[in-house]
Amino acid sequence: MSDFFSAFFDDLPQLRSGLWVTLQATVLGALLALLLSFVLGLMSVSRLLVLRGVSRVVVEFFRGTSLYIQLFWLHYAMPPLTGYELTPLLCGVVAFGLNYGAYGSEVVRGAVNSVPRAQYEAAVALNMTPLRRMRKVILPQAWVQMIPSFTNLLIQLLKCTPLLWLISAADLMTVIQQLRDRTGETLTAYMTLLVTYFVLAYALTLLMNLLERSAKRRLGLQTGAGSLLRGRSAAEAVASTAGGAR
Amino acid sequence: MATEPLPLQKTAAAAAVDIAPVPATSQTGRPLVRFDNVVKRYGDHVVLDGLDFSVRRGENVTLIGPSGSGKTTILRLLMTLEKVSDGVIWVDGDPLSHTRAPDGSLRPATEKHLRKARKKIGMVFQQFNLFPHMKVLQNITEAPVSVLGMGRDEAETRARELLDLVGLSGKTDAHPSQLSGGQQQRVAIARALAMQPEILLLDEVTSALDPELVAGVLELLSDIARNTDITMLCVTHEMNFARDVSETVLMFDAGRVIESGSPEKIFTDPAHERTREFLTAVL
Repeated sequence: MSDFFSAFFDDLPQLRSGLWVTLQATVLGALLALLLSFVLGLMSVSRLLVLRGVSRVVVEFFRGTSLYIQLFWLHYAMPPLTGYELTPLLCGVVAFGLNYGAYGSEVVRGAVNSVPRAQYEAAVALNMTPLRRMRKVILPQAWVQMIPSFTNLLIQLLKCTPLLWLISAADLMTVIQQLRDRTGETLTAYMTLLVTYFVLAYALTLLMNLLERSAKRRLGLQTGAGSLLRGRSAAEAVASTAGGAR
Repeated sequence: MATEPLPLQKTAAAAAVDIAPVPATSQTGRPLVRFDNVVKRYGDHVVLDGLDFSVRRGENVTLIGPSGSGKTTILRLLMTLEKVSDGVIWVDGDPLSHTRAPDGSLRPATEKHLRKARKKIGMVFQQFNLFPHMKVLQNITEAPVSVLGMGRDEAETRARELLDLVGLSGKTDAHPSQLSGGQQQRVAIARALAMQPEILLLDEVTSALDPELVAGVLELLSDIARNTDITMLCVTHEMNFARDVSETVLMFDAGRVIESGSPEKIFTDPAHERTREFLTAVL
């Protein structure tokens, strides 16, 4: 074990850059996924059949094809096909964004549909345009309900980043894998990975709980201090905000 | 409560200027609202069955009748929350449910037409339907700013006047969830008035309130009825309110008006047996 840790401290710069790659892949992938979630999700609740159709096809395709294969496609199959080559990190960001964007669009669609119809009718009675109804009335209320599901997806996305190892991006997984190969300390190496990913995931959970708290406070809903540390299921959140929206 | 005139614009006179010629009806002044053989079906279920009635400008009309007789549907059609299955609704001489094509024929209304038509109409709902993510003041200012293009300062000044009118001047920064049902309904009334409607639709606005909160809301509505020239169409089970406030009572049954007249006439000497039965049951 001491071998591992002396090598660990010797390799600190590589480890830091590995962690940085993992964080970049997570954050940039999540931002792309968030953008796609809203674009595809809002298309899927559109009145226009063609928008709903396009969204459906895209969502089913990226949800129905494996993330592994999407990564391999972007990294190995796209360059000979198009002549363009993305860096491994960018491949990861695009694949994570597309895959989780497809899942996220369903979250957006569900949350938008769960806002009581009476809210839509009140906005019509005030003669708001369809765009303004969505932006000012429906989305702010749907947003609170999206956060718990988005938290789940974000953590899943983080936990998928070790796949970057498969396309030789120098992420945390890759760097520690190399450490393990050099020192032969399998147990310590994997224990380190386990703990690191758990800490990262928990930090993300706390951040998202903070976001949820502020979103709920804007709805005038009570939020106790305990809600920060509590893991909450999406169903629970939906039930509590639906009650508050009356 | 409010003894001063309400801070509402009297839009009635201004609106009479740029309107198209009216189809047949009005030798005695054009009705503001006219249902012309309106049919509303949900699948096979006929809710309104060739409904004809009209409302004069400034008239306060109460719609009464048993549950399921189509009263609320009438308000929802007027607010364009539902589409007519057949027939035409006219508001101020213009078709509400339809767009007039260049050749004079009527086609189902487009969203653009509906946005124009809705300008004159406001609605207060049974369940208030306040926006829970906006504070009280923003609930009232949002639409005047974003729909009417009013400046934020002006909208807030007017909103505060309206809150004063509905007796909630201290609640500007409250969230709807912190208010009682009666208070929420007053905010909803202020929110509807802030859009300066010519026609105000009230859909069982006291039905969801605790009994002790009903009187305050009804008193407010009586004030509005007396002090403004807003035309009110009111679906209610509060017969005293109907008697005190409205000029005309329409008795509905099975999607048709079976009797209409002044409150005294309807409540003391109804012509129709069905009306008599209904009033005996509710009074």
